[in-house]
Amino acid sequence: MKKMIDLNGKTYSVVPEVATIQQLLEHLGLGDRILIVEKNKEILQKDHYDTPIKDRDQIEIIHFVGGG
Amino acid sequence: MLKIADKEFSSRLLLGTGKYPSFEIQKQAVAVSEAEILTFAVRRMDIFEASQPNFLEQLDLTRYTLLPNTAGASTAEEAVHIARLAKASGLCDMVKVEIIGCSRSLLPDPVETLRATEMLLEEGFIVLPYTSDDVVLARRLCELGVHAIMPGAAPIGSGRGILNPLNLSLIIEQSNVPVIIDAGVGSPKDAAFAMELGADGVLLNTAVSEAANPVMMAEAMKLAIEAGRLGYKAGRMPVRDYGVASSPTEGLVTN
Repeated sequence: MKKMIDLNGKTYSVVPEVATIQQLLEHLGLGDRILIVEKNKEILQKDHYDTPIKDRDQIEIIHFVGGG
Repeated sequence: MLKIADKEFSSRLLLGTGKYPSFEIQKQAVAVSEAEILTFAVRRMDIFEASQPNFLEQLDLTRYTLLPNTAGASTAEEAVHIARLAKASGLCDMVKVEIIGCSRSLLPDPVETLRATEMLLEEGFIVLPYTSDDVVLARRLCELGVHAIMPGAAPIGSGRGILNPLNLSLIIEQSNVPVIIDAGVGSPKDAAFAMELGADGVLLNTAVSEAANPVMMAEAMKLAIEAGRLGYKAGRMPVRDYGVASSPTEGLVTN
């Protein structure tokens, strides 16, 4: 069964080969970007990107933008 | 040197990174400004659009200290959350507390700013709160143990310059940590004035990014801050009510 997650506010269908946060980032082409990941309202530290993705997880990918 | 917590900076100009006409102009402006501290905002990534260039990712991060702001927060809890997100990037441990309390003037919410500052200090952040020019609030923030205090010259993006030099002077006089004039600076004169008052630094964004020539203005601001600092250290002459001749009044060759 495909996992459906909430990704940055949109419903997103996770392909079967993506099992972890790191794999999701790579799948999205974000593997080498400067970013921060939040899963179910909890901030993931970099060494926790091997966390598995579960159905209905709420994932936010956040980054730095220009600001004063 | 500008010393914030255990970090030392030779530049006293802190530069914002918002609203530049292009990344190319922005890169040149940042380089010319010689700023070592750059502010950023924290936002949700637009992952569903085609890969968009990101200014921060184009910087040599070994050369800059990132100062993420908490812009977008309207409560202490939201600000703390944004600060934690920024820190989780592994790129910074400093944060500019920015909690807007009035959407029209963009003036900071003093109560939430004080609360957030206390919470973030407890979590071990290097905290630089953006505050109004209120002298007592600035003192209260200093008493909490902030690493620098950042009173505004005028509302964010207004370019009106220093509206209350007396209050800023009083904040500078009482502060035991660096005072960085943040927000409202419009022209090099304002930046020089802030430094002449004895400020330790100036944080600006729109004054450069919205200038007709941002790169030239970045240089002007750098020079103005250096000039103002030198002038402050040199100690200015007294202000008098009447004229005092610069030329000798003896040996006149007129009748």
